[in-house]
Amino acid sequence: MTSIDRILEGQMLDETAWLEIGEFCAYLHVERQWVVELVDAGVIEPRGPVPEAWSFPASALVRARATARLVNDLGVNLAGVALILDLIEQRRQLERRLDELERLLER
Amino acid sequence: MRYKDYYQVMGVARGASQDEIKRAYRKLARKYHPDVSKEKDAEEKFKELQEAHEVLKDPEKRAAYDQLGADWRQGQDFRPPPDWGKGFEHSRGSGGAAPGEFSDFFSELFGQRSPFGGARSAGRAGRGFSAAGQDHVARVEVDLEDAYRGGTRTIELRSPEMTADGHVVVKPRTLRVSIPAGVTDGQQIRLAGQGSPGIGGGPAGDLFLEVMIRPHRHFKAEGRDVTLTLPVAPWEAALGETVAVPTLGGSVDMKLPTGARAGQKLRLRGRGLPGQPPGDQFVLLKIVLPPDSPAARQLFEQMKREVPFDPRAEFGQ
Repeated sequence: MTSIDRILEGQMLDETAWLEIGEFCAYLHVERQWVVELVDAGVIEPRGPVPEAWSFPASALVRARATARLVNDLGVNLAGVALILDLIEQRRQLERRLDELERLLER
Repeated sequence: MRYKDYYQVMGVARGASQDEIKRAYRKLARKYHPDVSKEKDAEEKFKELQEAHEVLKDPEKRAAYDQLGADWRQGQDFRPPPDWGKGFEHSRGSGGAAPGEFSDFFSELFGQRSPFGGARSAGRAGRGFSAAGQDHVARVEVDLEDAYRGGTRTIELRSPEMTADGHVVVKPRTLRVSIPAGVTDGQQIRLAGQGSPGIGGGPAGDLFLEVMIRPHRHFKAEGRDVTLTLPVAPWEAALGETVAVPTLGGSVDMKLPTGARAGQKLRLRGRGLPGQPPGDQFVLLKIVLPPDSPAARQLFEQMKREVPFDPRAEFGQ
């Protein structure tokens, strides 16, 4: 049991953190083939020429986890997931833009 | 423990067909799925829905649940009958979606040590996921000021734990986590070994915190850069005055360019969120007229007479 008095220091996964494919799979507890399927469907984009040399930005972890949930909970296929995640991102950008414009009008 | 009315959760009649249950699940799952939903308490509602579906989609579990009778009400104090599960002893292993995250009511009636147990508990995961070490993912909202200075956040989690007699119970857990200065929206903090304890001696999972920066009243953050809309008086813009500009690190003086325009974006280098390199602060100028007064009106009248200016010259005659 973790004591509330202890302050935990975590590992920052920011835009400079690129994960090798082995590390990426280990973080997600998934097999490499599943990651290849995600790349083929356009859910996540690797850097590197061949799967053995692929690496992924830390933000791909968030998309991969969301993929697992959407596939499992909603029965969506990977092409559908890629579309959903892109639309969610677009919605988020539009919400920010709307928020910004509303603030300009308030003043 | 409290009784759960799974039919009420799914919004179906007790006599609903399996197809109706499936359709109700799909519809509500789209509405409350935490990845897509904008509904309040979506995560909580989705877990309730998954739990209800886990029971009602399985004819044996549903039949056993129905045997409890129709007189129970949602939230009513409940103890399972002594003969619970009689006749279902051979129906193990039907699988499930994260039973550990479900209610005590579910754990007791349908959990691992119930007559329906013995199912794998691989978690809510897609094809290819192994059963060991379930990770936790939690979203943590951080104020922009805290992202700038760094700080600590107290995080409440509900984690499934195995009791000595083999029951899975959901226990609240509180962690204090250091939020490093310069954290940005969408970044993750990985806390190794702070996920669920391993099952069968497996290693504990990790806890991934997904950072969300709360919208700020004045500043808009994009990565490490921040933007502030700065109201300025017409003469401050026209004369290129030095004005006080709020930044996350405190107020700084900024010299406006002479004849500054509304909508012009100026940069205060390195005044955004800290990092390697630190972000910048952009200042978006917004020219604001003084409130109407005899003095202001007199001066505008004077400008009208003495300053030749057609703001619509580009439209022509």
